[in-house]
Amino acid sequence: MPEPLTTHTGVAAPLLRDNIDTDAIIPSREMKTTGKTGLAEGLFAGWRYLAPGTRDPDPSFVLNQPAYAGATILLGGSNFGCGSSREHAVWALAEFGIRAVIATSFAPIFFGNCVRNGICPAVLPPEAVAEIAAAAEAGSQVSLDVEAGTVSLADGRTWSFSLEAEARAMLTEGLDAIDLTLKLRDRIAAFHARDRAERPWIYLEEQA
Amino acid sequence: MTGARWRRRWRRRLAEPRTLFAKLWDQHRVADLPGGAALIAIDRIFLHERTGAAALGGLKAAGRSVADPARVFCVMDHIVDTRPGRDDRTLMPGGQAFITETRAAAREAGLTLFDVTDPDQGIVHVVSPELGIVLPGATLVAPDSHTCTQGALGALAWGIGSSEAEHAMATGTLRVATPRTMRVTYTGKLGRGVTPKDMILALIARHEAGGGKGHVVEFAGEAVTALDMEGRMTLCNMATEFAAMTGVIAPDEATFDYLAGRRYAPRGAAWDRAVAHWRTLATDPGASFDAELEIDAAALEPMVSWGTSPEHSVAISGAVPGDAGDRPLAYMGLRPGEALAGLPIDAAFIGSCTNSRLSDLRRAAALLTGRRVAPGVKALCVPGSSAVKRAAEAEGLDKVFTEAGFEWRESGCSMCFYAGGESFPAGSRVVSSTNRNFEGRQGPGIRTHVASPETVVASAIAGRIADPRAIGEGADA
Ligand code: SF4
Repeated sequence: MPEPLTTHTGVAAPLLRDNIDTDAIIPSREMKTTGKTGLAEGLFAGWRYLAPGTRDPDPSFVLNQPAYAGATILLGGSNFGCGSSREHAVWALAEFGIRAVIATSFAPIFFGNCVRNGICPAVLPPEAVAEIAAAAEAGSQVSLDVEAGTVSLADGRTWSFSLEAEARAMLTEGLDAIDLTLKLRDRIAAFHARDRAERPWIYLEEQA
Repeated sequence: MTGARWRRRWRRRLAEPRTLFAKLWDQHRVADLPGGAALIAIDRIFLHERTGAAALGGLKAAGRSVADPARVFCVMDHIVDTRPGRDDRTLMPGGQAFITETRAAAREAGLTLFDVTDPDQGIVHVVSPELGIVLPGATLVAPDSHTCTQGALGALAWGIGSSEAEHAMATGTLRVATPRTMRVTYTGKLGRGVTPKDMILALIARHEAGGGKGHVVEFAGEAVTALDMEGRMTLCNMATEFAAMTGVIAPDEATFDYLAGRRYAPRGAAWDRAVAHWRTLATDPGASFDAELEIDAAALEPMVSWGTSPEHSVAISGAVPGDAGDRPLAYMGLRPGEALAGLPIDAAFIGSCTNSRLSDLRRAAALLTGRRVAPGVKALCVPGSSAVKRAAEAEGLDKVFTEAGFEWRESGCSMCFYAGGESFPAGSRVVSSTNRNFEGRQGPGIRTHVASPETVVASAIAGRIADPRAIGEGADA
């Protein structure tokens, strides 16, 4: 179960490209185990290291720059997290220590994966992300209030982002979606009783 | 909401013209959740070995089990080797563990498993329709973004993350935010040599890779209904490249003919009942969508990608745009204004859940008959499923491919994506019937140009990117 995330302040690393895909976030070759851990080292491997398979940091990549050491927030462009549905991208970000991604838009599967793994995905307009990036480059930390749905800078500039109530609750309370759903067990059973009569061909055990 | 109020609202809703999506959604809505989300019943779940062990392992670690194993399927496609005579060993470092752990977990959970050497093994989105696992009006999810392929049968099928797969297996449901709807109408008839792959690439090139963001996209219009089922699957396959939640096509006679007699499809009286239900699954006249787009299919040409996003695609007679970004150009080794046709290639790949079904292989082989792959070009054909491979071999298509200089492989995802194992030589320029041209997608430094199987074959023969319309059907050998 993810750690609850209510407020957070940290270093934000600007990676202002559009369409940053999950292959870039965690290349397939870096998904070496069948589990959910051991992925942080492979995060952005294609950009972070000089040659594929090596671990020599590419000094030009933002997360390798001293100013962004210990970054816990990523700033991105549009359609962040597009591509493969691999949740490993989010597991790698979480293990690396990222608690929020602020971008102009997200790929839907990636967005949901963030929420389920304790990373806050915040959508802000391009001008806002650019301003935050400029501030981050000038050394300002970035703060996030998940409950209030705001991103702010030390100088007081604040932007609001929207998050559906359930996503917010899952982040702030560290709720597990399965437990939430299992509270609706009776509704699910009632649905199946009705549906089984209406669409028996869906229920394969009865056809066996 | 009280029961009476709910029923009143429900009756009102039923009287209004509804989209195909709304019908699928309403049929599966178990409960409304806060914030406009709903608890949606999931009819079918499909896993593969790349993410299957993680999802099943996560479930077990949390002390949970699969609610209804009879409706959960698992196949080995992503990591499994495609070299002839394969077994659990794979060129991907550490890959064998994905196979053996997924197998053990799937067996323990009581799922239906199509294992490495099973005659029904193949790429998940090829196998599922082939066996009638996906059905019109069903919901199907898989931890794989190209699950949208299966919307071609009139199902609500979409890709999810591993945690959601755990949720779907444990509860038989998913919590889903109500997506927006879009209809893309393709008017007119496709020209000769222009394929569903070109239809979807043209859409993404015109309306950008984020253009369908979060929408359920219904593909409609004369050019869509004219497609056979496999063509419809190609079209829906790349809905995810359009950032859509999924694509869907209303089921019709072609769909029912395709499904009749398939293993997991209903039979007898149940079949008749099912078809009667499926016939209701079309958008009602007058139903409205959140967005509508229209494309003149008759004006389309074969498409080819030049950059590192599927939106970086142009007609094959076209050129790299003058305002193309530096980064994709540097990666692809191209200049603004450079013509696509005529670019020398190093390799050609036919395969993937986009374009590796029997009709794809037939059309490719028809162009290839009596011709040869240009010297120095590495060419591969990887059938989408073991059943496709057998059917192709029964027709002698394998001979056409191998005699022309293609390698003929066992079925799987193969070099559609790079997992650290097999790839083309670094820096190769590859024309590929796959769906993604991202940096490194097919291997370090690989420059992928996605195109139809016809364009891949024409290019393999020419040794350069080539328009398939320029060559007729193959000369007799
Ligand atoms: S063929 Fe390619 S796109 Fe399709 S499921 Fe396999 S890896 Fe994914």
